Amino acid sequence: MCVTCGCGTPEASPHDHEHSHDHHDRSHPHPHSHAPTGRLISIEQDILAKNAGFAGENRRLFAARGVFALNLVSSPGSGKTTLLSQTVRALGTEFPVAVIGGDQQTANDAERIRAAGAPAVQINTGKGCHLDAHGVGHALEQLPLPEGGILFIENVGNLVCPADFDLGEAHKVVVLSVTEGEDKPLKYANMFAAADLMLLNKIDLLPHVDFDVAQCLDYARRVNSTLQILQLSARTGEGMAAWLDWLRQGQQATLAQQAARLEAELAAVRARLARTAG
Amino acid sequence: MHEFSLCEGIIDTVTTQARQQGFSRVRRVWLEIGELANVELEALRFAFEIVRQDTTAADAELDIISLPGRAHCLDCAQPVAVQQHFDPCPLCGGYQWRLVSGTELRIKELEVE
Repeated sequence: MCVTCGCGTPEASPHDHEHSHDHHDRSHPHPHSHAPTGRLISIEQDILAKNAGFAGENRRLFAARGVFALNLVSSPGSGKTTLLSQTVRALGTEFPVAVIGGDQQTANDAERIRAAGAPAVQINTGKGCHLDAHGVGHALEQLPLPEGGILFIENVGNLVCPADFDLGEAHKVVVLSVTEGEDKPLKYANMFAAADLMLLNKIDLLPHVDFDVAQCLDYARRVNSTLQILQLSARTGEGMAAWLDWLRQGQQATLAQQAARLEAELAAVRARLARTAG
Repeated sequence: MHEFSLCEGIIDTVTTQARQQGFSRVRRVWLEIGELANVELEALRFAFEIVRQDTTAADAELDIISLPGRAHCLDCAQPVAVQQHFDPCPLCGGYQWRLVSGTELRIKELEVE
């Protein structure tokens, strides 16, 4: 049994919800197609409530320790691991960086990240098609938390399922490469709607492929009018500077929020001290 | 197929409720699913039939109430209806709208005995 969250026991209940215990008046108009004969129990709870509870715990941990956490999502083969390896090499000397990687099998990606100089832990989801907040919470136990730095969570290569699972991240970053179809933002609209930043990767290959960049960006903005978009090539380094700056800004903002919260807390303690000093 | 994970979440809630509210059998589960939710209803029904086995919901029927997509168009400053994330605003044809509701994945109610 897991001591932090109680997983592995049927009694596990990581968070409490208020449940209405009202039993409907049978004469009350109902959205039901049949006349219910049993007892009706109102639930009104998100199906993903349990994941949301774990994601909230992760998010509180990240905020308390000044960790800028990102959830990287994409199709298989978009170049996430190469991008992360290059990112780790560039930023690893500035502040702590760590990576949690999700794949159905193998620890190959984590090994590539470690070779680039950052601690990395691999979650093998087996047949699972996405990471969830509970799995990420456990992965965090095996990793030195990059306090004041950046945690990259490299999700399973899949543009469908990970869209629904909040991991506690500050932003979902969707990576699309120019070797894919430019209409992917429309085909996988939920994912592009859930992301805050899109990275168009492998732009060094544009001369060799039929990929209409303007059309792709138009599709992406139709789905998500506030989506930020950066174009880069992790392999040649073109466009990487803007991505690294975006990351530094996020890391700075996270630290500034942590400092503001601690200052407010300190001010409250000092005020209490002054009040009770007699 | 994250629909299996969603169904595990449904059964988890049902099992917790059964313990708390003392019922042994679920006849029907009502879900509210937004039109723009990231879920395939056929896959959800298929997964539910498998995940419900050997639980208090082993023979429960699934009733899905569809909730419409509602957005606010920034250009029109009006509430509008949308069916897809890439739909244009039905009034002005633009894409500067914010979704207000329509991605719900909610367990609404149970009929139990």
